[in-house]
Amino acid sequence: SVSPGDTSVLAGLYGPAEAKISKELPDRAALEVLLRPKVGLPGVLERSREQLLRQTCEAVVLGVLHPRTAITLVLQVLSDAGSLLSCCLNAACMALLDAGLPLAALFCGVTCALQPDGTILLDPTARQEQEARAILTFAISSSERKVLMTTTKGSCSVEEMQQCLASAQRAADTIFQFYRDSVRRRYSKC
Amino acid sequence: LSICSRTVEPLEYYRRFLKENCRPDGRELGEFRTTTVNIGKCLCSITTADGSALVKLGNTTVICGVKAELAAPAVDSANKGYIVPNVELPSLCAERFRSGPPGEEAQAASQFIADVIENSQMIVKEDLCIANGKLAWVLYCDIICLDYDGNLLDASVFALLAALKNVQLPLVTINEETGLSEVNLKQKNPLIMRKHPVATSFAVFDDTLLIVDPTAEEEDLATGTVTIVTDEEGRLCSVHKPGGSPLTGAKLQDCITRAITRHKEVKKLIDKVIKSITPK
Repeated sequence: SVSPGDTSVLAGLYGPAEAKISKELPDRAALEVLLRPKVGLPGVLERSREQLLRQTCEAVVLGVLHPRTAITLVLQVLSDAGSLLSCCLNAACMALLDAGLPLAALFCGVTCALQPDGTILLDPTARQEQEARAILTFAISSSERKVLMTTTKGSCSVEEMQQCLASAQRAADTIFQFYRDSVRRRYSKC
Repeated sequence: LSICSRTVEPLEYYRRFLKENCRPDGRELGEFRTTTVNIGKCLCSITTADGSALVKLGNTTVICGVKAELAAPAVDSANKGYIVPNVELPSLCAERFRSGPPGEEAQAASQFIADVIENSQMIVKEDLCIANGKLAWVLYCDIICLDYDGNLLDASVFALLAALKNVQLPLVTINEETGLSEVNLKQKNPLIMRKHPVATSFAVFDDTLLIVDPTAEEEDLATGTVTIVTDEEGRLCSVHKPGGSPLTGAKLQDCITRAITRHKEVKKLIDKVIKSITPK
């Protein structure tokens, strides 16, 4: 469960488990992501977010080590106060870490909001998101801070996008440190 | 021998071409397939739609039909109309799509198109309002893929753009005495389009190579995809990279530069086609 501010997402990972014959892939693990909103049934927006999350996870999980299996990631939104997609990304990565799945790299989600006056705000609240000119969400990988996933809402110029990317890459360091601390805390008790 | 290699080891077959900086169909890495667009009732043959367009990007064929209907605006946005895009991937376009409820790819594409319309502000919803709080236009944009050979998003955005440019909305007035709406079919106005977004898709191979306008075969072998939507001022309406191999900021910048060049080519094509169908 990850909660930056008031946004809260609970992630559950099941796998590698036996896959249904219709879904199994002969050479790698089949990854499935289910995103459940806080209210209502999952709609088109959830499906599109599931696709983003699934392809991001597929890029880091070493699926070839577990062929013909299924890995299921279920994300439940507990509360939404802005930056929801990056919260889901962070929850997904921590779930992958906690399950002990073989990963090529870690990833973290960072949301940047471009204010009307040009300033860049990281991890905006719902209010700041509404007022912003553009919202960019990045998934940054831990190896060389490369970009795994981007989604934008609203329009921005090319320079602004590059600036947001640079600040997101810097912020990724803080998030990866948080992962390290959480994992250390979890395993220091045992 | 080469045919065997293509089915048995497709990745190796492709790598041999990519090493020479070209692709099996003879294109360069940065070259697009031939784009053709048919707009309007005569060429596109959807006579029941208010606006229609047929786009072919190589073998990928996408048709878009726009229907305008009247509805009451939502309570919290009384001066806004609605635009409802829907992308359908019927089982006739490719083997992998089964008939039944829309799959993940179709839903993700519909969401992408809705985001592009919203982000680029190509149609401002306030322009669709007829009477504040009482009546507004609803534009149902149905995008149907007739033949899937990769690069669905580019073709869909292009088809949508062309179809919306073709839409003629009749003048609607509200009779003050009866409170009913009167539709004047003889007087039609074109839709006010503020921006013209164009999408450019890339496929990432082996974490380093970027190729433009992938075919279905290339998409299956690729390790990732990137779609950039730009408008005429060079602003980014959408950078859509749904996972896949990681890219550096510099590679992303290359994609954006190519997308801006592509925008100019597409804009010229659309202007040429619109000019050819406008009655003089």
